[in-house]
Amino acid sequence: MLTLAHFLTLGAVLFCIGVAGIFLNRKNVLILLMCIELMLLAVNMNFVAFSRFLDNYDGQVFVFFILTVAAAEAAIGLAILVVLFRNRGSIDVEDLADLKG
Amino acid sequence: MPILEIVFYLFSTVLIGSALSVVTVGNPVHAALFLVLSFFSAACIWLLLQAEFLAIVLVLVYVGAVMVLFLFVVMMLDVSAVRPRGGFAAYLPVGLLVALIMAVQMFLVIWTRGLETQLMPEPRPEGYSHTSEIGRLLYTDYLYAFEIAAVILLVAIIAAIALTHRRRPGTKSQDPGQQVRIIREERVRLVKMSPDGEEN
Repeated sequence: MLTLAHFLTLGAVLFCIGVAGIFLNRKNVLILLMCIELMLLAVNMNFVAFSRFLDNYDGQVFVFFILTVAAAEAAIGLAILVVLFRNRGSIDVEDLADLKG
Repeated sequence: MPILEIVFYLFSTVLIGSALSVVTVGNPVHAALFLVLSFFSAACIWLLLQAEFLAIVLVLVYVGAVMVLFLFVVMMLDVSAVRPRGGFAAYLPVGLLVALIMAVQMFLVIWTRGLETQLMPEPRPEGYSHTSEIGRLLYTDYLYAFEIAAVILLVAIIAAIALTHRRRPGTKSQDPGQQVRIIREERVRLVKMSPDGEEN
């Protein structure tokens, strides 16, 4: 039988893949943004699973708000990325070391 | 094996596989397409959890808008300028270590708290609309949060345009502030003239 733990495990695995992706893709800010989207998806998965298993719709409303904020975040993040590429000609994280002492 | 479990394991396998591809494939275009696949599989799993509205919103908003935005940005960024990545192997051990520790911690929490015995409650009676239930909550209990979400989207629109807008020299745009600030003496010069057309 499918239990709540199955869905939470799926969310946990997704979240860990996202965290590992942030470590691995140091050369490309674009893929870093995609890893953040993956982690948000994992969190949403947990919310939807709890909403179904506790028979309570508040979780789904919360996922709705997370989707809204994530869309805004993706739009602003990509705009910053475009400006960054226009000014520096690179989206490598290691080129962004101006504040390093 | 009931159909629910087959569907769950099928789509979770696709979801985890495509998520792994997103973080390992390296090419941003392929990563974005794999991310589309993971969102799609996640939407199918949400359908399994009877969150139909959110599943459709995920496909429409995420696959339809956000991922297309990602692909547009990839095109604007000129992928050839993105250097082939190094350091993947260098960061692999620490990345795997952190991910593994987090995974073990979360599994310990999930599988020792009795959550593995919690079964799905009986589905609502036929004809019950989960979507209208969400709508009712959104417009009653969460009305203010809903309005703040609208403001956040507006701020995102303004911020994205303000960040990427480029003022090119030589465009014939109007400056309303300057138009309002103008005073008569800068525009009009009164010339005294005699009736025969001689300026004096």
